[in-house]
Amino acid sequence: MIINLLLYILIGLSFFCFFRVVFGPSIADRMVAIDIFGILVVGICGLLILITGRLFLIDIAIAWILVSFIGTLTLAKYLTGKKLDE
Amino acid sequence: MSNTISLIFFIIGVVFDLFGCIGLIRLPDVYNRLQSATKSVTLGTCSILFGLFIKFGFSAIGIKALVAIPLLFLASTVAAHALVRGSYKYGIKLWDKTVIDDYKDVQK
Repeated sequence: MIINLLLYILIGLSFFCFFRVVFGPSIADRMVAIDIFGILVVGICGLLILITGRLFLIDIAIAWILVSFIGTLTLAKYLTGKKLDE
Repeated sequence: MSNTISLIFFIIGVVFDLFGCIGLIRLPDVYNRLQSATKSVTLGTCSILFGLFIKFGFSAIGIKALVAIPLLFLASTVAAHALVRGSYKYGIKLWDKTVIDDYKDVQK
C-alpha cells in the first residue's frame, strides 16, 4: 500500500523532469532533465519489482544506468563542439 | 523486521528524490539545477536499491541491486561533470547574482 504511494510519487516526479525538458531555456537544461529522468527510472524499476514480483526488472535498471551514462556523455561531447571520435 | 527496515530506506530514497526534483524546478541556473538534482537524486535512488538489497538478502536480485549502487554513483557523477564542463564551454551564462567564478581563471 505504501509502496504503491511511493511509486506514484516517483512517477509524478518524472513529470517534473518532463516539464523541464519542455520549458527549459537552454539545451543544457533539457540534458540535465533527461539525465535525472534516467536515474529516476532506476528507482521506479526497483519499486516495480516489489509490486509486480517480476525479478528481471533489476536487469533493466542496470542496463538503463549504462545507456543513460553513454547518452549523457555523448550530448556533453556535442556541447563542447568537438567531433565524436576525438 | 527486514520489511520494516527496507520500507524506511524506500521512504528516505523517495524523499531525497522529491527534494532533488523540486530543486530541478525551482533553482535559477543550469549549474545550480545540476548541483541540486544530480547529488540528491543519486543518493535517493541508491537508498532505494539498498532497501531492495535488505529486502531480498543475498539472493541473485539482492546482489544485483548491490552491484548497481557503485555503478550508479560512478556513472552519474562522471556524467554530471562532463555535462557542466560541456555547458560552460558552450557558453551558457551563469546566474546574474553569481558571486564567484573560479573556472574562468583556470582556463587562461
